[in-house]
Amino acid sequence: MNIVVALKQVPDLQQIRIRNRQPVFDGVPYTIGSIDKNALEAGVQLKEVSGGNLMAVSVGNEELEDTIKEALAGGADEACLVIDDKLADIESSSSAALLAAAIKKIDDVGLLLFGEGSGDNYSGQVSSRVAEILGFPQIGYASQIELEGQTARITRVLEDSEEVLEVRMPVVVSVLSDINKPRIPSVTQILKAGRKPKKVLGIDDLEIELSGDRTITTLSSLAPETDRQRIAIKSAADLISALRAEGFLGR
Amino acid sequence: MAAILIYSEKRPLALELLTAAAVIAQDTDLDVKVVCINNNEQADEMAGRGATTYHIQEDNLNLADTACVAAALEQAVNKLDASIVLLSSNRRGKELAGRLAQKIQAGCLTDVNGLAVVEGKIQCSRNALGGAVISIQRIETEQQVIALTPRSYEARPVQEGGSIKQLAIEAVSSPLKLISSRGKAGDTVDIEAADILVIVGQGMEEEDMGLVESIAQTLGGEIACSKPLATDRKWLPEDRIVGLSGKKCKPQLAIILGVSGQVQFTVGIRDAHTIVAINNDENAYILQMADYAMVADLKEILPELKGALG
Repeated sequence: MNIVVALKQVPDLQQIRIRNRQPVFDGVPYTIGSIDKNALEAGVQLKEVSGGNLMAVSVGNEELEDTIKEALAGGADEACLVIDDKLADIESSSSAALLAAAIKKIDDVGLLLFGEGSGDNYSGQVSSRVAEILGFPQIGYASQIELEGQTARITRVLEDSEEVLEVRMPVVVSVLSDINKPRIPSVTQILKAGRKPKKVLGIDDLEIELSGDRTITTLSSLAPETDRQRIAIKSAADLISALRAEGFLGR
Repeated sequence: MAAILIYSEKRPLALELLTAAAVIAQDTDLDVKVVCINNNEQADEMAGRGATTYHIQEDNLNLADTACVAAALEQAVNKLDASIVLLSSNRRGKELAGRLAQKIQAGCLTDVNGLAVVEGKIQCSRNALGGAVISIQRIETEQQVIALTPRSYEARPVQEGGSIKQLAIEAVSSPLKLISSRGKAGDTVDIEAADILVIVGQGMEEEDMGLVESIAQTLGGEIACSKPLATDRKWLPEDRIVGLSGKKCKPQLAIILGVSGQVQFTVGIRDAHTIVAINNDENAYILQMADYAMVADLKEILPELKGALG
């Protein structure tokens, strides 16, 4: 059985700076989305228990060949990548279509793992869209995954409740960031990562037609203006007076 | 006439969607139609708030199976001639949004925290790049699925003119088996609902947490924290986290202690009415986004504050 984990290459958010309310991407390296690393780790742990092959799948520009080494060092056995420079900044519906087309080329897919949201946009659509395209059932927000034969038993955590579900694979599962703590790869694993098999596809290799029209237009994207008073307070007494004047004391 | 279709499995969130739908409806010629699934109580309440309500009663519909709910809503979209679908962006709602959007070939935005109609088209605002920026976006497809962040809009008050009709759909069978479901145990404090929050960050020392608790209590507020205090130091449960990976709070007053103010945190508190920040680093960004900014050592200032509050 193949356990497939879908990963997104995103700019490293910790390194993005804001200048004149605009995000500055100069020199910001790509990395794998933070929750995607939890999905990868979940796949590695399941493989360690149940066996199978762990395949990383991703879609992106040519930087992806380098970025994906992080996943191969983190425990994926091989990678299947769709690479095209047009794919640097695509929307969820196109990502989902490309991922689904790439996954269709993989035999015997059992579990298909995603992070519950990407590192940059966090819109959480792609796992649901891929599940729909492939006709797989889906379970989101997993905090625990157990496999037994052809059955997956998943704990899904909602805002106010938890549910345990069973389903016959294949199934799409999106994981929460607290499902595990991704391991830090050793130097040996990092060195081995470069030699693990990587299949690189172009858009033309997939049975898919991407319409060039965007379904979403971004009209503006700016850091919010902070419109705060910034009154300097020198002592506890001053702060108490200010809070009293604002009506927060003696309520 | 084309319609805005509303669905959320959570009653309070569905009431917020009614308010949001009205924002769109007043500037377009769209009707607002509410769908409830297997929930008499919710259907009654929605009708009581003046909504044209359609109730799907279908015992075979597995509500834990996103694909089944999406299939039911796809039928509702077609039968009710809906072009816009408004969902709540809680976990179930977000999972549903992508699946339904794919089914009906709709463009989709989730975690939307504001709507406006400009020249007849809907503009959505949402956080992007981990909350560093706010994007204003427009869906270009005919069919649109928009999932709204809880608490972005007030609940619609009681009003006249509502109705309930039954809506028949065909439930698709579900391969998902629900083994068990239980309410979450533990902390019942809802920091999103608190009027006053005292928020602690990595500049705090554990021995001073007693002082913070006492100050919060005197003010009638709740304690919340930045992510590392819950996930790394485990001083507080994870449902007290403010920020990108926690809750987005809009209290009247936020007193922020020992938090530097990275965007991953500030996205969860920047909508507070009044912000007080105390930090020992005069260059901490949090001081720039405060109404009252104080450079001070928490070790010294917390006992003084407690004393002054009495």
